[in-house]
Amino acid sequence: MSDNSSSTVPRAIVAAMAFASGFCIMTVEMLGARILSPYFGGSLSVWGSIITIFMLALALGYLWGGKLSARKPSAITFAGFFIGAAVFFIPIIVLSDAIMEPIFLALEDPRYGSLFAAIFLFFIPTSILGMISPYAVRLMVRNEAHSGQMAGLLYFISTLGSAAGTLGTSFYLVLWFEVNQILWGAIFTLLLAGLVVLAAHYYGEDKVRTHTEAVNRA
Amino acid sequence: MRKPAVFASAISFILSSALAGVVTAETIHEERSKYRDITVTEVGNRRCLLFNVHRGDRNQTCVLINDKQRLVFDYTRMSFAGLLLNDRPDSILVIGLGGGSIPLTFADLFPNARIDVVEIDEAVVNVAEEFFFFEETKNMTVFVDDGRPFIKRAGIRREKYDYIVLDAFSGDYIPEHMLTREFLDEVRNIMRPESVLVANTFSTSRLYDHESVTYQRAFGEFFNFKLPTTGNRIIITQLEPLPPRAQLVERAQSFADRLEKYGVPILRYPSRLSTRVDWDMSRRQLTDQYAPANLLRGN
Repeated sequence: MSDNSSSTVPRAIVAAMAFASGFCIMTVEMLGARILSPYFGGSLSVWGSIITIFMLALALGYLWGGKLSARKPSAITFAGFFIGAAVFFIPIIVLSDAIMEPIFLALEDPRYGSLFAAIFLFFIPTSILGMISPYAVRLMVRNEAHSGQMAGLLYFISTLGSAAGTLGTSFYLVLWFEVNQILWGAIFTLLLAGLVVLAAHYYGEDKVRTHTEAVNRA
Repeated sequence: MRKPAVFASAISFILSSALAGVVTAETIHEERSKYRDITVTEVGNRRCLLFNVHRGDRNQTCVLINDKQRLVFDYTRMSFAGLLLNDRPDSILVIGLGGGSIPLTFADLFPNARIDVVEIDEAVVNVAEEFFFFEETKNMTVFVDDGRPFIKRAGIRREKYDYIVLDAFSGDYIPEHMLTREFLDEVRNIMRPESVLVANTFSTSRLYDHESVTYQRAFGEFFNFKLPTTGNRIIITQLEPLPPRAQLVERAQSFADRLEKYGVPILRYPSRLSTRVDWDMSRRQLTDQYAPANLLRGN
């Protein structure tokens, strides 16, 4: 298996960013019920809607992310996932009332109301975040022999991030901050993750080039 | 080596203390609903509804089989103190059914009033009908719904209620979206100036301060109604300025006879309605953005 652009970002950084992504996914999911409850109440079906939409969005994200990773995997695309998800989280803050009010008025049944609201608020950014895991696996894998091991390591780390995001948000963050402050926190975390990947990519490329030049000179 | 023994004795202690409360009562019905475990117990002629009994919850509501009209709990009786502010409600909204004793009493007191009851848990409605003599009538309707969207929708339809009882906070999980400033503003939307809001709320923990601040911001001055015999605190308020004490006393006198059969000692209530601020006013108000009520209650 030939080494290509995937080597520009160190594995530790890819793994750390997968942790951040897992954290942010669950932070937003935990806040989902709080965001929907003013319109659709706090019934069990509201949680059902949120979890369903997150699962479906992640499922599609895994599929697309895996597909994309088969064609010229690059750190720039990988960084784009983080930045794209961050951008699509912004409407949850600035447009939530504009999105939920017409749905609330059109649908009397809070089950379907919350389902549609969850689709419009959460589906796009969550599916983008779903693309990160399979893509990260591709960036970490150098040969077939350890591909399963790398996938296991990656899912271990990103799921740890999810666990930390769930606990941190529901135990502490909601006690310390407002919902929108936590969402901005997630957005800036994702933007920062994207920038770190880009920085590692360009810094890494420089290093590779310097190294190659040094070898050529010798 | 001693750990298992300590553990076992701890378990048996927890079990015995949990059972002590109900051991003398006979369980006549048990049901696990979407939201909670519902237990109906009976001892002598006293039949009670309990939620999540294994977690040590108190009785939600009780009824005396041989004197169905008598209200057994202080907080249920206290819910009628709002009559001192509005004595002729034509439309009544009760959020939280429980055993149904509050709406049943309203239906008995005001047979021509329209009474809407909102209960999130269908199983509670069934148990109230089967074991607590609750039934819908042509004027009294139960909606299986969450209180918040119900009130939001009523506001959009410009419906108004004369008497609103918020009693959704019993049980061990607090619906945080019904403690917020935005929710109270939606409640204001379905009130006329002379309508009265009666909210059964929390009298302990940090939540008391946060909740008091929130009600104060939404309504201005309110009556804080506490009795030494109960852990409940009832907030009573309206949009127009609160009436003077003399009017409360006068109304209490005019109602005393009608409320006697329910066991509501309304003559004792006016002196208990306080507007004194006894909470920490520096606490943050609860909003849709910040409402960690369940965490605040634990602290």
